Amino acid sequence: MRRKIPYILLAISILLILAGIWLGELPRIIKNATTLCLDCIGIG
Amino acid sequence: MLITTSRKIVQVISATLTNSYIGSLFTGTIYQGPLKGFCVPALNCYACPLAVSACPIGSIQHFVAHGAYHITLYAVGIITLVGAAVGRMACGWVCPFGLLQDLLFKVPSRKLTLPRAFSYGKYLALVLLVFIIPLIYKQTWFCKLCPAGGIEGGLPMLALDPTLRDLIGTMFTVKMLTVILFIVSAILVKRAFCRTACPLGALFSFFNRVSLFRISVDQDACIECDKCRQACPTDIKIYENPDDADCIRCLECKPACPVNAISYGLRNAALTQQKETFENA
Repeated sequence: MRRKIPYILLAISILLILAGIWLGELPRIIKNATTLCLDCIGIG
Repeated sequence: MLITTSRKIVQVISATLTNSYIGSLFTGTIYQGPLKGFCVPALNCYACPLAVSACPIGSIQHFVAHGAYHITLYAVGIITLVGAAVGRMACGWVCPFGLLQDLLFKVPSRKLTLPRAFSYGKYLALVLLVFIIPLIYKQTWFCKLCPAGGIEGGLPMLALDPTLRDLIGTMFTVKMLTVILFIVSAILVKRAFCRTACPLGALFSFFNRVSLFRISVDQDACIECDKCRQACPTDIKIYENPDDADCIRCLECKPACPVNAISYGLRNAALTQQKETFENA
């Protein structure tokens, strides 16, 4: 069973990424990352 | 020597690739393209004018604070993918902020050893600053305090865009204090930030015990000479626990071992080798 754990996690991770894309997270990630983060630069 | 050189080359290439938008030097704005949809598995601020990818911790906080279901499956999936494959290796080989700490530690000074209890600080930062406080106050509080943001984003953006300088206030002073604390601690202590405050390192550390890639130590051959600890960028005794949460899988310990007791490889192969060693004994 212990040997299978990393493979199970890898499968789960791919499902999470696909689910995130399917739920429309990608445009929101891009929008957030392309808007200057004022908190990050210390003036937020 | 080969591993040390290879790691430095990979670190420099990674830092260059993730911060390759030189157009910002002429426009004074951050990169706006589609590559920003990729969360690089490293602490690399997306407010950095050179950055071409998203910070996973910034993205997670944004979704915790403002997302419909308060989590980003996409960013968590990328972290899980990298963690399940190689554990904390991204901290040792990919993270530009890790490279910066490795370089700062080379500054000649008195060096200090960090008490083990400080290692729990990163879990506190993860739970409080990345999840609980952003969820309650709807603000990305780790970003407000993150020294990576100050060094990679704050100082360069203020240099490029003079209009931002009028907005400087108390939070900027706090930010610069965290930057100074980071620089001083990185000079005195091996990878102080990674070990005590990095929430991404905290997330990756959960995978060291179960990742496909693993390190194993032949306990019969090991003479506990601590040469591995001297070579280790996070100052751990790999022979006590090869799956240590602070191990960044840099592999510097292997060439440092005088009796060749340290090996690494994929989980199945390493486990088989261990089993064979046990059966032959």
